[in-house]
Amino acid sequence: MKFITFSGPPSCGKTSVILRLGEVLKESFGVVKFDCFTSFDSRIYDKAGIPNQTGISGTLCPDHFFVSNIDACLKWGERNRLLLLISESAGLCNRCSPHIQNIPAVCVIDVLSGVGAPQKIGPMLKLADIVVITKGDLVSQAEREVFALHTIRANPRAEIYAVNGLTGQGIFALAAALKRRCVPVGAEPLRLRFSMPAAICSYCFGETQVGSRYSTGTIKQMRFTDQDQGERL
Amino acid sequence: MNDLLHTPLGRLWDKSPFVADFFAETELAAPDKALTFAEYVQRMDQFQFADCGMSAEQLMEYFTAYIQRLEAIGRKENKEIKSLTILGGRGKSGCPELSEFTVRSGEIACVVGPTGSGKSRLLEDIEYLAQGDTPTGRRILLNGSEPEPHMRWAAEDKPVAQLSQNMNFIMDLSVRDFLMQHAESRLLPENTRQSLVQNVIACANTLTGEPFSDGALITTLSGGQSRALMIADTAILSASPIVLIDEIENAGVDRVLALNMLVKKDKLVFAATHDPLIAMAGTKRIVLNNGGIQRVISPEKAERDNISCLSSIDQKLMRLRALVRAGRQIDFNLEEYFSPQKTDIENFSIYFNEKGEEK
Repeated sequence: MKFITFSGPPSCGKTSVILRLGEVLKESFGVVKFDCFTSFDSRIYDKAGIPNQTGISGTLCPDHFFVSNIDACLKWGERNRLLLLISESAGLCNRCSPHIQNIPAVCVIDVLSGVGAPQKIGPMLKLADIVVITKGDLVSQAEREVFALHTIRANPRAEIYAVNGLTGQGIFALAAALKRRCVPVGAEPLRLRFSMPAAICSYCFGETQVGSRYSTGTIKQMRFTDQDQGERL
Repeated sequence: MNDLLHTPLGRLWDKSPFVADFFAETELAAPDKALTFAEYVQRMDQFQFADCGMSAEQLMEYFTAYIQRLEAIGRKENKEIKSLTILGGRGKSGCPELSEFTVRSGEIACVVGPTGSGKSRLLEDIEYLAQGDTPTGRRILLNGSEPEPHMRWAAEDKPVAQLSQNMNFIMDLSVRDFLMQHAESRLLPENTRQSLVQNVIACANTLTGEPFSDGALITTLSGGQSRALMIADTAILSASPIVLIDEIENAGVDRVLALNMLVKKDKLVFAATHDPLIAMAGTKRIVLNNGGIQRVISPEKAERDNISCLSSIDQKLMRLRALVRAGRQIDFNLEEYFSPQKTDIENFSIYFNEKGEEK
């Protein structure tokens, strides 16, 4: 079975892009969708006849939830004899990245999020192999070009594709790129491309009181321009 | 050995503006310029790596790719595209379409046909530079041969620009700042940016009946002004030699002038349209039916002669729009106004000045 990770900020069009991909990919594939609170995308995938599973992270950091479950997702795919598994997760803090070494990593962003967006997104975009830019049909050519350059600056190694998630324009190029990169998942253990943000502090364990007395664990203090630099505790 | 990683940063700094950009954009601490980038990375601690979200190896790869790709964009000379050839595939029912034809730079190819006939599909095939790998099986050749693969995936090498009725400006910027951003994103030499930007604004204002200033916010422009700015910007500031236009009729811009503006910049224009004026202004007309290219018309003299008549009616209509906008009444004899003999508007000088603008 082959495996691809799809990531991107909420509502940027990941599901639409995957659905359009489904229309042009010839092999049978399934999707595992990761979300925080609720997700209705399973209905959309059901309707398209795509086998799918949903993981709701709830109170846990969604990307940590992703990593600790992805092994089981691969087993689900194998049990169901899928030839390709696509995981779909939203990088909610713009910081995490579900990308795994030697597994094609796609990051979806939309031009409506503003030209500064590519540089604000961390490893999810910076370490992706392929960046898909959606909703380009709604903005001017100039804005598309400016956005593309900001994307290149944020990830100069990436192949960049413009895809219209509604009409499917550009999807063939993406499908071809994924086909070129996809190899079956080997037996050796998977490794993340970069460690996820550390988040072991008192608030992880349910602390609700605000104030330095109550903040313990991995804490980073903010730096103010009129004071000396912040500090890591 | 990678020179970028093992040359002291001070030396790179003087040679390439992108080194300073790199440190500014990544929020990395300003380096000691005597160090090489590899040495700089070696001195980083685990927290610094965590903050920038990359390991030492990934940072070095990022740095190298960043400088190399941006330098390549800055150096890039626009490869001239003199012709685009479409090798026909098949229509929706699978029957073969017209086998082959070529459009040259400076030509306008209009794409016509009823809704659902495959106009958008054809534009998509061109945009994708299809190589028999789309449902139509079409192949697109540039300058007579298969395009290089990077033209299909490298965003900066894409030779195709697009304009459509649905496109809007979303940036919160003035016309001037917006165009400067576009010029910057092309990494054009700084001393040429200002004049290019002024040129775009001047050209855009010739296309629309309602001129705008360079300080206006792009999001507040009217439909006609936006379209005019997009067309002038695509003609002058966009590097793409091929321009696809999807139904920009009724936008309140002088369409014939707009097409001519693109053609003068040696763009190769494809315009999907139902508008007789645009269709007649084209040098080729591609007729689509049921997903396939049925035939290609080269307009003959009789049709070309009709352009001036239609264009004069169109301009007269544009002036009426201007009157409506100015709160005036259209209470004069319209039959006389539209009469083909009346090629000028002198009889209506109480409404218009000699440039045709409303008084």
